[in-house]
Amino acid sequence: MSVTVEVSNLVKQFDGGDVRAIDDVSLAIEEGEYLVLLGPSGCGKTTLLRTIAGLEQQTSGDVLIGGSVVNGLPPRVRKVAMVFQSYALYPHKTVLANIVFPLKPEKLPKQERESKARWAAELLGIDLLLDRKPRQLSGGERQRVALARAMVRAPQVFLLDEPLSNLDAKLRASARDELKRFQQRVGTTTVYVTHDQAEAMGLGDRIAVMDKGKLRQLGPPVEVYDDPADTFVATFIGSPPMNLVPRDDTLVGFRPEHLLPAAHVSGERVEVSFDVDRIEYLSGDRHVYGTVTGIGKDSRVIARLPATVTDPVTPGESHAFAVNVDKLRFFDAESGLRSEPVRVDAQHG
Amino acid sequence: MADTLTEPTAPPKRQPDGTRQRLADRDGFLAWIFLVPTVVYIVALVAIPFFMAIAFAFSDVTAGNPSYGWVGLENFYRVFDDAVFWQALGNTFVFTAISMVLIVVLGKVLAMILVADFKGKWLVRFLVLLPWTTPVALSSVTWLWLLHSIYSPIDWVLRNVGLIEDNMYFLGRPGLAMASVIAVHVWRLVPLAAVIMMVGILSIPDDITEASRIDGAGFWRRMFEVTIPLTFPLIAVAALFGAIFTFTDMAVVYVLTGGGPTNSTHVLASWSFVRGIGGGDIGQGAVIALFLFPLLLAAAVLILRAVRKMETI
Repeated sequence: MSVTVEVSNLVKQFDGGDVRAIDDVSLAIEEGEYLVLLGPSGCGKTTLLRTIAGLEQQTSGDVLIGGSVVNGLPPRVRKVAMVFQSYALYPHKTVLANIVFPLKPEKLPKQERESKARWAAELLGIDLLLDRKPRQLSGGERQRVALARAMVRAPQVFLLDEPLSNLDAKLRASARDELKRFQQRVGTTTVYVTHDQAEAMGLGDRIAVMDKGKLRQLGPPVEVYDDPADTFVATFIGSPPMNLVPRDDTLVGFRPEHLLPAAHVSGERVEVSFDVDRIEYLSGDRHVYGTVTGIGKDSRVIARLPATVTDPVTPGESHAFAVNVDKLRFFDAESGLRSEPVRVDAQHG
Repeated sequence: MADTLTEPTAPPKRQPDGTRQRLADRDGFLAWIFLVPTVVYIVALVAIPFFMAIAFAFSDVTAGNPSYGWVGLENFYRVFDDAVFWQALGNTFVFTAISMVLIVVLGKVLAMILVADFKGKWLVRFLVLLPWTTPVALSSVTWLWLLHSIYSPIDWVLRNVGLIEDNMYFLGRPGLAMASVIAVHVWRLVPLAAVIMMVGILSIPDDITEASRIDGAGFWRRMFEVTIPLTFPLIAVAALFGAIFTFTDMAVVYVLTGGGPTNSTHVLASWSFVRGIGGGDIGQGAVIALFLFPLLLAAAVLILRAVRKMETI
């Protein structure tokens, strides 16, 4: 069963602090949706997740699960399941006992409880580990036990707090894939917290980008990447981040992969002169660092040339580069918000 | 000027530092140096008295005649023939068992109060620890007055509330006297147990408590299925400390009741003192004291086991 989750005008202020950990956030998560809360550490994303779970109580605003207000209700009646960053397995209990634990309040016969736990364990491929203690498991196995414990009760909502950050890089990629397929299969509404944009882009149906307790942008990965709502989102998402060039009281932004040797850019384009300092080779791409003139103030930017672009680029020399006008984004220099496009001298190539 | 610039800073001086460094680098030697004070302390204050007690137990040494004469099991026969010894042995176990249970239960309750977040927490923590920091003899004297047969303020309160008509004579009746001794032990040892168990509760990661709340466990289930199993080694340590301090203590009994009324509240330690030091019969005193040894040995083994279990969780 999947339900909607909604928060409206949510504010969280911790005792004795003036800072708002969550600052007037409103967002609605649809049935069965996979929403990723993305932001730097301290942005309030985990606090928001914990407030939805009922582990924290908001200062003001409402949390709605399945359409009903759950303000002030303890976690157990909200029917949410949570996977913690540390997995928070019970160290003194076996894997089976860990998975059975959430079923006990449901007053099922013992056998039924165990068969449910075995079913969950089988689904996650840990059915051979049921007699082990958590300390005898690897990081990946622990994560699956935590997931099995979360799903065994068939919760209305999954809340995942950076569940992959304790895994090594290689395992993380495969676990990400597994998580996504798993959620598609069970179809439960999921809120996933991460600071890793690759996870966010890969997993989320929609991404909510947060900074300093505020919701900066909410949209599908493509939209957040292509049409960032402000300079924070523009520079937080993308690696390397979006280039921002000051021009009068506007910032002109463009992604590194759109700054290419002029011959590769067709249509209406802005031609620039690119003084190259340095080149990095990263998995086939060339990251070219240098100073760009011709868009606005001379600024240091990064160009990302895919492997298919083989034009020679030499450090210390100036090259003719260009950006397609459609790829330019404009931000207000003061507020950082998106602004009306300004005319940048463009040529047809 | 040019000289000072080109000259490298003075090379590290090897000579004076050299020997000291080499000494500090010798781990094996340092280990000995650091261990010696402890070893001397244990040998002088634990090992020697212990073996002397064993030696005295088989001797006719008295306070008046300290020359050593072997008497075999004579002292043991005389101790066993004395009904007060059996009474004291029984009392010791009864006091220890009852106080241990009360210390653990009340200590756990207190520990949970102490970890809760409230205003003036530090003051409460400080006040709670006071009984533990007060010297036993001093607090026993205070209790002696609190339980005084005529001037007891406790009696006064009970009388004025209307619960009793006459005084309770706490220390004058065998049953009440025993209860009073147990109460004082519990009063002075609960803070220690609470602090030990508080450390245990604080060592449980917040995540685990929160996970169990999300998993739908209420207060009692969290306590019995999560908190207690996870802090069990520390609960065991608190219980064993309580047991050891009650089992070996003589000050409370000695000050409060002096073993009375009519020897009904004597414990091994106080009876050993009365016989060995008060009565001057060192041999008998030693025999009685030796009966403390098996339980203390068992307690020590259990504490070490609990500590090892703590390392593996």
